[in-house]
Amino acid sequence: MREKMLTFIEKNSRIDLKELAIVLGVDVATVMNELEAMEAEHVICGYHTLINWDKTGIEKVTAMIEVRVTPQRGMGFDKVAERIYNYPEVESVYLISGGFDFMVILEGKTLREVSQFVSEKLSPLDSVLSTKTNFILKKYKDHGTVMAEPGRDERMKITP
Amino acid sequence: MRNPLSRRIAEIEPSGIRKFFDVVNEMEEAISLGVGEPDFDTPWHIRDEGIYSLEKGRTFYTSNAGLKELKVEIAKYLDRKFHIAYDYEHEILITVGGSEAIDIAMRAMLDPGDEVIIPQPSFVCYAPCAVLANGTPVIIELKAENEFRLTAEELKAAITPKSKLLVLPFPNNPTGSIMSREDLEEIARVVREYDLYVLSDEIYAELTYGKEPHVSIASLPGMRERTIVINGFSKAYAMTGWRLGYACGPRIIVEQMLKIHQFAIMCAPTTSQYAAVEALRNGDDDVVRMRDEYDGRRRYLLHRFRKMGLECFEPYGAFYMFPCIAEFGMTSEEFAEKLLETEKVAVVPGTAFGLGGEGFIRVSYAYSLEDLKKALERIERFVNCLRKKDGV
Repeated sequence: MREKMLTFIEKNSRIDLKELAIVLGVDVATVMNELEAMEAEHVICGYHTLINWDKTGIEKVTAMIEVRVTPQRGMGFDKVAERIYNYPEVESVYLISGGFDFMVILEGKTLREVSQFVSEKLSPLDSVLSTKTNFILKKYKDHGTVMAEPGRDERMKITP
Repeated sequence: MRNPLSRRIAEIEPSGIRKFFDVVNEMEEAISLGVGEPDFDTPWHIRDEGIYSLEKGRTFYTSNAGLKELKVEIAKYLDRKFHIAYDYEHEILITVGGSEAIDIAMRAMLDPGDEVIIPQPSFVCYAPCAVLANGTPVIIELKAENEFRLTAEELKAAITPKSKLLVLPFPNNPTGSIMSREDLEEIARVVREYDLYVLSDEIYAELTYGKEPHVSIASLPGMRERTIVINGFSKAYAMTGWRLGYACGPRIIVEQMLKIHQFAIMCAPTTSQYAAVEALRNGDDDVVRMRDEYDGRRRYLLHRFRKMGLECFEPYGAFYMFPCIAEFGMTSEEFAEKLLETEKVAVVPGTAFGLGGEGFIRVSYAYSLEDLKKALERIERFVNCLRKKDGV
């Protein structure tokens, strides 16, 4: 039940609860209870809107920053991660296997703003050994959604 | 000048609602709920495999019956899903869509005068194919009160000494009706008693929404040797344009089918065959994903039709609903035309699928939930408007 529900609202969080109940074949009360429970358990962490900022004319720069750090004694990576993710301009932080430790995704208004963050806030942190900033040039697909406009239905209008 | 035409072909009626279809297909602005194919794209890994086969230059004929890898995968698949075991070497034939398989199965099995029992409403090709194969179609009109299932009594009533082949089109297009194991057992009993053969068109086998998965009549005792199973990739894997299907059955029949196929077709498209191998090897999750999606839409549509007071049994198969519109005192075709004219929504009149379709329309839910919602608003407005006019 939960899995079906999550799969559905992951792609369409705005669906009316009554409709969601019909689609899932359960009653509205069940849907509401489950949603509340999952919100309380932090299974559902928020309802966001996927925006293609490129189409709005509003300038935004996104960078993916590879960060190498020294983990802190007794805390591992968590303490360092916390220091990084508490900055509001940081969009996401992931611990990564491979050649570096964190992938930090950062959103700023300009290149300058992003590089300032890296040089003035991120790099000077005690445990940060090195950073490598990759700017995103074009977003093709995000959250499982292709950013290009969907093609039209090319099926014949009516077939037996 | 002499008449250039074969009398038999000329006498086959073109589909009666061709005109309606043409009008709809020309109407750019119409919202359609009229298609008989999935709205999903073929899953990418399957398309990718097709592309890869082209890159590798696999652009030659395959053997007549099809790629060995594909036949092996089909045999495994049928065993795993429906518990029917076929010998890939002699009992499986890859065809150009399920349609070709239906055509050549009839040609391989019928002699002039043999009767083919065809339940309707059903897909449009069975009766014409029977005629092309020199057979005589005998139509059973399925009943709404049986939820358009075929009953043993109906079958018995249609049987004559000339009856040879029964077409079993379930899960059904256009009604969405399915046959349970018990339903099939009763049919099988009659089939064995009267020494009939069965052409079981199971192209929608993956798309059932009840508690029990689809049951193939070929899996029932004593039925394997009497049944040709038709299936394919179009509906389950959203691969309509690849034109790939298959037929499975006793060697003695499949061998004769292969003969026709070899002379008329050579082999099914090679690219499609390579893509289909990938579909069977790694496509189970895709099927589940699409089926879940159809299932949600199905529930939504049923809810809406019932809310607007249109009689509609709950269909458990394919991706169609078959609501009754008899209360408006119009034929299905009139209803469909009016709906198109006033609300620009296209549905298919039930009569397009033969006897038993009058008074019903076929509504496909191979559309996104948003599209369905938009179309259903319009249908609801239309229905309410008709009721007001009638003073019902």
